[in-house]
Amino acid sequence: MKLSGYVTAFNGILKREALRFVHQRSRFFSSMVRPLLWLAVFAAGFRAALGISIIEPYSTYITYEVYIAPGLIAMILLFNAMQSSLSMVYDREMGSMRILLMSPLPRWYLLLSKLAASTIVAIPQVYAFLAIAWLFEVEPPAPGFLWVLPAVILAGVMLGAIGLFISSFIRQLENFAGVMNFVIFPMFFMSSALYPLWKMQESSEWLYWLCSVNPFTFGVELIRFALYGKFNGEALAVVSGCLLLFTVLAVLVFNPERGQIGKKPSKPG
Amino acid sequence: MNNPRPLTHVRLASPLKTSLIRTALATATLLASGLVLATPLAYVSNEKDDSLSVIDLDSLEVINTIEVGQRPRGITFNKDYSLLYICASDDDTVQVLDVASNRVVANLPSGEDPEQFALHPDGDRLYISNEDSALVTVVDTHTHEVSGQIDVGVEPEGMGVSPDGKLVVNTSETTSMLHWIDASTNQLIHNTKVDQRPRHVEFSKDGKQLWASAEIGGTVSVIDVASKEEIHKIRFNIRGVHPDKVQPVGVKLTSDGRYAFVALGPANHVAVVDAKTYEVLDYLLVGRRVWHMALTPDEKYLLTTNGISGDVSVVDVARQKVIKSIKVGRYPWGLAIKP
Repeated sequence: MKLSGYVTAFNGILKREALRFVHQRSRFFSSMVRPLLWLAVFAAGFRAALGISIIEPYSTYITYEVYIAPGLIAMILLFNAMQSSLSMVYDREMGSMRILLMSPLPRWYLLLSKLAASTIVAIPQVYAFLAIAWLFEVEPPAPGFLWVLPAVILAGVMLGAIGLFISSFIRQLENFAGVMNFVIFPMFFMSSALYPLWKMQESSEWLYWLCSVNPFTFGVELIRFALYGKFNGEALAVVSGCLLLFTVLAVLVFNPERGQIGKKPSKPG
Repeated sequence: MNNPRPLTHVRLASPLKTSLIRTALATATLLASGLVLATPLAYVSNEKDDSLSVIDLDSLEVINTIEVGQRPRGITFNKDYSLLYICASDDDTVQVLDVASNRVVANLPSGEDPEQFALHPDGDRLYISNEDSALVTVVDTHTHEVSGQIDVGVEPEGMGVSPDGKLVVNTSETTSMLHWIDASTNQLIHNTKVDQRPRHVEFSKDGKQLWASAEIGGTVSVIDVASKEEIHKIRFNIRGVHPDKVQPVGVKLTSDGRYAFVALGPANHVAVVDAKTYEVLDYLLVGRRVWHMALTPDEKYLLTTNGISGDVSVVDVARQKVIKSIKVGRYPWGLAIKP
């Protein structure tokens, strides 16, 4: 297969992903409203809650809005990744995945293209959020807007890979809603997105432990540090490691036949 | 065949070269000494550590800690910045620190429990408020002797001297008054009632206004110096902070007359006020229980002492943003900056 074939396939997947996003205007709307609600409503009540100690990477006291902004960027990525995985289940049910798989290209390449495309779609959402967050006095230094890009891409692909991996175990679209609740909410709440981990530790050791092994926490911290022009090696290592692990796993367990009509059903679940 | 050695020798020895080298050397020396002198330093008194923290204002880091007397609070430099006066409240004295050697070289007879003071523009007199004995003590900085004592209200604290050196103002926390003292006669000439618990006074650079903070009243009064009457009262309201926590203490005015900064104590914020319209422009989040402040000589930075969190916050004056908070000793109180 020639290189141009790979490029054509990637362009096709990216175009489809972008079209899907653009055509669902409510999706963009909700992807913006969700983090903004947290920023404008939830954070307002806790405004002065964190003015107690200075934590890395901040060099002075910050408002709660400033604290949760990186967590909300990660939230955009998380929802985007899960929505993209959701579309895989949908494609499988509707049969449009067959068209994708008719491509002579290797399956792993198609899946990676899918991951890359869904992350690219998330980037404008992240910057749109950052632009609006500026109005809420979330004002990171100018170079931070550049540094945050690689962090967003890494965290985005990692979350996409986790989503893809999970989607392989879902037989029907209806099941996905349940998984969303068992994946998105625990991942988001049991992380450093809403509270610094030392706060978690004050209330519960085991909760702190859960938060500190959650890959989402590292995604949030990678974004938080990058946004303030600092480098978090540990977060980078964990995010990259999880990215590789879940990508490999997602490719290995990918099963387009699962849940297809007319096929012998495998074990329900 | 030419021998290169004598040629080099001749070249170096030429008068032009020598003078060039001399100039270059002299410039380098001047530049180096200039750089050393140009680093402004902030001295911070740590009330509970009986020490001063010294902050390098280029790197914004603590570079030295100096042991001083007990409970240091108000601090101020003499006119040529060679000496630092320190109110050592629990030692009932004002210590004189030699800035070059970082040693206490004298103790001034300040009266009991000196808390805050102000240096007269002529540099000869210190006006010291004695918190426990309702007095203002005047000390001669050359003879180290008390040259006068003035009875004022209960719990005197804030001290200010007008830029022309004619008026001295003291605030008494319990009496809630500003006491106006004639600097030439050491006589109390007028009292102005303000809101509860006035802590600090600050003259405008032109000497026409006096800004006074009231800690419990939660306000800042702007006083017309000529009539000694209040012309405006500033109130504060910070989103997400209970009004009881808004307790103004320190006040600083920029010399261009544009801004006033007010430290709001346990509200953990510094208010930025338009000094012309008296409108509050913004509230900047700093450390816990912010009391006193100082502007750098170029007025690029404003520094605040945050007592409970034990740090100094640095505000970029032009951008009106807090850029850093620097850990110092326990309960930082006073600030003085050496250019």
